[in-house]
Amino acid sequence: MAAKAKGRWLVVAVPYLWLLALFLVPFLIVFKISLSQDAIAQPPYFPTFALSEGWAAIKESLGELSFENYGYVLSWDNEFIEAYGSSLVIAGISTVLLLLVGYPIAYAMARSSKALRPTLLMLVILPFWTSFLIRVYAWIGILSPEGLLNQFLFFLGVIDHPLEILATDTAVYIGIVYSYLPFMILPLYSALEKMDDTLLEAAADLGCTPFAAFWKITWPLSLPGVFAGCLLCFIPAVGEFVIPDLLGGSDTLMIGKVLWTEFSVNRSWTVSSAVAVLLLLVLVVPIVLYQNVQQREVEGR
Amino acid sequence: MSTGVAEKTQKTIGGIRRKFSPWTDPTAVPLIRYENVTKRFGEFTAVDSLSLDIYEREFFALLGPSGCGKTTLMRMLAGFEEPTEGRITLAGEDLVGTPPYRRPVNMMFQSYALFPHMSVWDNIAFGLRQDRVEKGAVAARVEEMLKLVKLESFAKRKPHQLSGGQRQRVALARSLAKRPKVLLLDEPLGALDKKLREETQFELMDIQMELGMTFLIVTHDQEEAMTVADRIAVMNHGKLVQVAPPAEIYEQPNCRYVADFVGDVNILDARVESVDAGGLTLRAEAAPDMPMRISQGGEAKPGDSVSLAVRPEKLRVDLEPPADASLNCLSGTIWDIGYLGDLSIYHVELPNGVRVKAAKPNLTRMVERPITWDDKVYVSFTPDAGVVLTR
Repeated sequence: MAAKAKGRWLVVAVPYLWLLALFLVPFLIVFKISLSQDAIAQPPYFPTFALSEGWAAIKESLGELSFENYGYVLSWDNEFIEAYGSSLVIAGISTVLLLLVGYPIAYAMARSSKALRPTLLMLVILPFWTSFLIRVYAWIGILSPEGLLNQFLFFLGVIDHPLEILATDTAVYIGIVYSYLPFMILPLYSALEKMDDTLLEAAADLGCTPFAAFWKITWPLSLPGVFAGCLLCFIPAVGEFVIPDLLGGSDTLMIGKVLWTEFSVNRSWTVSSAVAVLLLLVLVVPIVLYQNVQQREVEGR
Repeated sequence: MSTGVAEKTQKTIGGIRRKFSPWTDPTAVPLIRYENVTKRFGEFTAVDSLSLDIYEREFFALLGPSGCGKTTLMRMLAGFEEPTEGRITLAGEDLVGTPPYRRPVNMMFQSYALFPHMSVWDNIAFGLRQDRVEKGAVAARVEEMLKLVKLESFAKRKPHQLSGGQRQRVALARSLAKRPKVLLLDEPLGALDKKLREETQFELMDIQMELGMTFLIVTHDQEEAMTVADRIAVMNHGKLVQVAPPAEIYEQPNCRYVADFVGDVNILDARVESVDAGGLTLRAEAAPDMPMRISQGGEAKPGDSVSLAVRPEKLRVDLEPPADASLNCLSGTIWDIGYLGDLSIYHVELPNGVRVKAAKPNLTRMVERPITWDDKVYVSFTPDAGVVLTR
């Protein structure tokens, strides 16, 4: 009996240990850096804790920690708050676009013949075989003034001077929608695919046109998938920095990009850590929401 | 469990049922007409050039094994399938080409197909709201339906919070709420246990009587069809084999298939010896030294090879030969006994190896049965107990 309980405890402990070592501890380190001050040193901040110097030294160092960096980040004079806001807006609009593009695709996949579905699913996942970075670079080639898209439109005679897409917010939206589409389609597909077709027959039987049946039956029953897909795209899109960096212009303001600049150009580990911690706080609400949706999904079964 | 509906109908039910037989009235106009309807799925013919009339207020059962086309026949009336050939009319109107949402029929699905995100109340109100019925009228009708199926206190529940029997009632209430001209029931009681199923069968009949509606039920359960229906259509391979009231299906099957599918039966191969005014004389292969008198013979002629069908409950089993010489009698030995509580089924082996089943009610509480294994017994039946089948 005791051995069995111990075994069960071990099984539960493994994922918790994993999270502790690879998520919580790094987070605490980042949090500690965010409370430190910049220094021209290696590492570029102080205080640093050295266990060898004993308890008294550590205690003294603790006194040197402060929330100064948070004050800096949250002051209206600096661009950070604007960047948070702009990131949330860009992520929000992208999520809506993703839903508009992803839902019809997922719906068509779920309605296609059973034999065809694995192939379609494969095609959705196919882009993952190439590095994300390379795929975003490819979009530069497509969207640049002398890129594929403009050449094609010239060829068709639709335009007489090149469209300015690269280095605008439009390019960022295109990049986000393209890169995150599988994360929208997959949860939608799994929600739509397990729907019982006789429900639609029953709705038709009771007087619903196919259009009304979609809004009254299919849509509400796919809402868990809609929520999951939206949060799965929205949360990482807020912190996205590769896409705005490569496709966006100098005026594209996103917090991920700001954090990267702060870290690599300004060499301020402390401010960028504070930005990261605040970003996490901003995302706690949608993350908790997502957990709730997942929980309800599991209980619903 | 008994409420107003049951009590009220109890007084009238017999009167109506006894007189109800529009199919015998040549002037009666059928409500539903299938005219030479064929339905093919690729190479497979599910319904084969079938014609059928169903009358108003009739409780009509389509009975047959799975794959016989009965569900397809019903789904064509609901509009989920279109016939490949032929016409289906409802109250004189051609239904072919009309989408399901414009047909005045409703269906109760085998899986119930309740909308999982809606409460019981909203499920029942769904069809009415779809027709933009005024709010007060919707509420009144839903309350009435909840009362009819005795689920008043469950209105706010979601389908997953109900038992199987309760879900079945919600599905029934939802399909009745719009007062369709015809209610289609697709294996409505298949998911219920035996006791609940039997109870519900009688409730279905009461509700049908109370609302005066036409019910078309699809089932593979012959007992269910016999219990609820005014008429039964036995189907096989996409064709109607026999369409008749339950007693006629059981007592006068028109072929071996029907006799065998509906109820238990002993079928003996025989040859017709002579036909006269009083019936016919047969010689069964199982008892060549014993001519048998059968009072009804249909179209059988002397010399024909026929099947003699006798239901087990119409066979008597005795240890002594019967005194009445007009009885047909076979001798054999008890091969096996099945004790069912209310009945005992005696399997009697005839001299040529053919086995017949005889059912005998256990009228006394006797633990030791007087007839036991390997006893030599006499199996007898009256001339009107058997049916001669030429097909």
